Amino acid sequence: MEAADDTAPAIEARFLTKRYGDTTAVDRLSVEVQRGEVFGLLGPNGAGKTTTILMLLGLTEPTSGLARVDGLDPTRSPLLVKSRVGYLPDEVGFYEDLTAVQNLRYTAELNRLSKAVGAERIERVLDDVGLADAAGTKVGAFSRGMRQRLGVADALVKQPSILILDEPTVNIDPEGVRELLLAIERLRTEQGVTVLLSSHLLHQVQQVCDRIGIFVRGQLRACGTIDALADEIGDRWTFTVGIDGPGSCEEVLARVPGVTAVTRHEGRWRVQADGDVRPAIHDAVVAAGGRFTHLSRNEADLDAIYHRYFVNEGDSRDSAA
Amino acid sequence: MTAPLELGAGVEAGPRFRGGWLIVARKELADHVQSIRFLVLVILLALAGLAAVHSASGPIRSAADSASQTPSIFLYLFTLSPDRVPAFHEFLGILGPLLGIGFGFDAVNGERAQRTLARLVSQPIHRDEIINGKFVAGLTAIALALAAVMAIVGGYGALRLGVGPTWGDVARVIAFYLVAVAYIALWLALAILLSVVSNRAATAALTAIAVWLLFTLFGGLIAGIVADAVHKVDVSASSEAVLANARLALTLRRLGPDQLYRDATGVLLNPSRQSTGILVNDTASGALPSNLPLADSLSLAWWQLVAIVGGAVALFAGAYIAFMRQEVRA
Repeated sequence: MEAADDTAPAIEARFLTKRYGDTTAVDRLSVEVQRGEVFGLLGPNGAGKTTTILMLLGLTEPTSGLARVDGLDPTRSPLLVKSRVGYLPDEVGFYEDLTAVQNLRYTAELNRLSKAVGAERIERVLDDVGLADAAGTKVGAFSRGMRQRLGVADALVKQPSILILDEPTVNIDPEGVRELLLAIERLRTEQGVTVLLSSHLLHQVQQVCDRIGIFVRGQLRACGTIDALADEIGDRWTFTVGIDGPGSCEEVLARVPGVTAVTRHEGRWRVQADGDVRPAIHDAVVAAGGRFTHLSRNEADLDAIYHRYFVNEGDSRDSAA
Repeated sequence: MTAPLELGAGVEAGPRFRGGWLIVARKELADHVQSIRFLVLVILLALAGLAAVHSASGPIRSAADSASQTPSIFLYLFTLSPDRVPAFHEFLGILGPLLGIGFGFDAVNGERAQRTLARLVSQPIHRDEIINGKFVAGLTAIALALAAVMAIVGGYGALRLGVGPTWGDVARVIAFYLVAVAYIALWLALAILLSVVSNRAATAALTAIAVWLLFTLFGGLIAGIVADAVHKVDVSASSEAVLANARLALTLRRLGPDQLYRDATGVLLNPSRQSTGILVNDTASGALPSNLPLADSLSLAWWQLVAIVGGAVALFAGAYIAFMRQEVRA
């Protein structure tokens, strides 16, 4: 019998590959998620995120490569893995004729929790996700947002050491997203739960992720903190410049030493450089007789990363969903 | 596209994770018993059964004086069919499959449609425990429904008749009950197989009902047409030709489960029947006019029983394999 290894990384994949016939859904994925970390697996629809998650849960067998969850091999020890991992599937569903509590009770039973422990946990997780009032309501009457929250509660019933959330913010309103993300942060800080979440909505999840992996067409294109990724694509020093002035502003800006690119962006100029060139820009514009309406440095954000990695791939989205 | 086969005892079969199928079965059975479907099917079967027994009990009563020496008069309640109302065991042969189909057609695709399957398979149970639990739950629901129906029908019949069953009758009724459960289990297995293969519950239900109609309604018709084509029967036909025609038709009908069921229950409920085949005067006069013990009646229909159970097992095995090989997101 294999035993869980609490010193191993929470999640580890090495050259993990899944092929369906000719299509490669996941291509030599190598990644490590540390204990207590919130890791965002980000990529467009059909990038292979769900396939990766299913392999980590032992629900589908890798074609090749290695997956470890708490040091366990999901293919060889699926039950141990599944007893430690809470999973919120993409488009989660419940038995419509049963109440929220009845649905969760089934999950508690399947995890071999005693009646008393199960009842106590169910009450607590429903409270955590703000569904205490709807505990006795049939799920058929639930809104999408409520179902999503119930899905999180369902994943928490087993008190997992790892939480895997597949597209958790889809289909819920902004307030619901905010509450969900707060709940994830609370879980991490209060209970030290490791969280792997997949999403194609970068803006929604960037605030909670310690690290993100950019996953496109089955391949991990980049991995790291948001700042590190911004550095990597040379987007660390980007400025927005608004000029009210004569002549060819583009030329003036491009001639500033250190500037690498100038593009028109929503009526202003978007300037990329290899350092902080704001004083130089100021001097150059003033010397040319222009007047500033705006000058700011862009925050390192996922917008640029999104553009860089996803949008260019947009036309080649495959069907490996 | 193959998913890993998580069979019974894995590497990690610690005692902690045993008996997942029981948890699934308990939940499914609770669903079945509380469903309107269960109620409707029980009422339908009970009404049909009451009609059959009611119409059978009249002639039995009027003949009872002369026939009071006949043992197992109680069993006639289930087999006699005056007034063109089918006998109870025939009713069960026709309507029983609906019970099996009703508890199986949405077993797996229902989980898919509600999107609960992904959640279910991510719990610490082996994947085959899901389909095993569902089959056990369906079978239990069928056994319960049928026991209820037969208790109602038998009780009503005994009341009308004023004669209770003998121990021998009880044994035969129980044997009949078990055969009926096995027969309906075959349809349950078919329905579960269809629920695995077809992603839509409606498609699975319609396919199952088409198979049911094919065997119960058109089976005799088709067998008759084929038999007529092989052995022409007209006014000038010899008795041998007529018999050959009838034998072929019967043989063909035995390709379907309903005829197997009818053969088996026919001899079980009628101790004086000495054969599952066609009775002509010749064989009847040669036979001893006595009642067979239950064991002998069983041995008359043993291969029919084996075929019914074997069919159920084969269909369930098909469902099992199909389910185990299916992707979670198929």
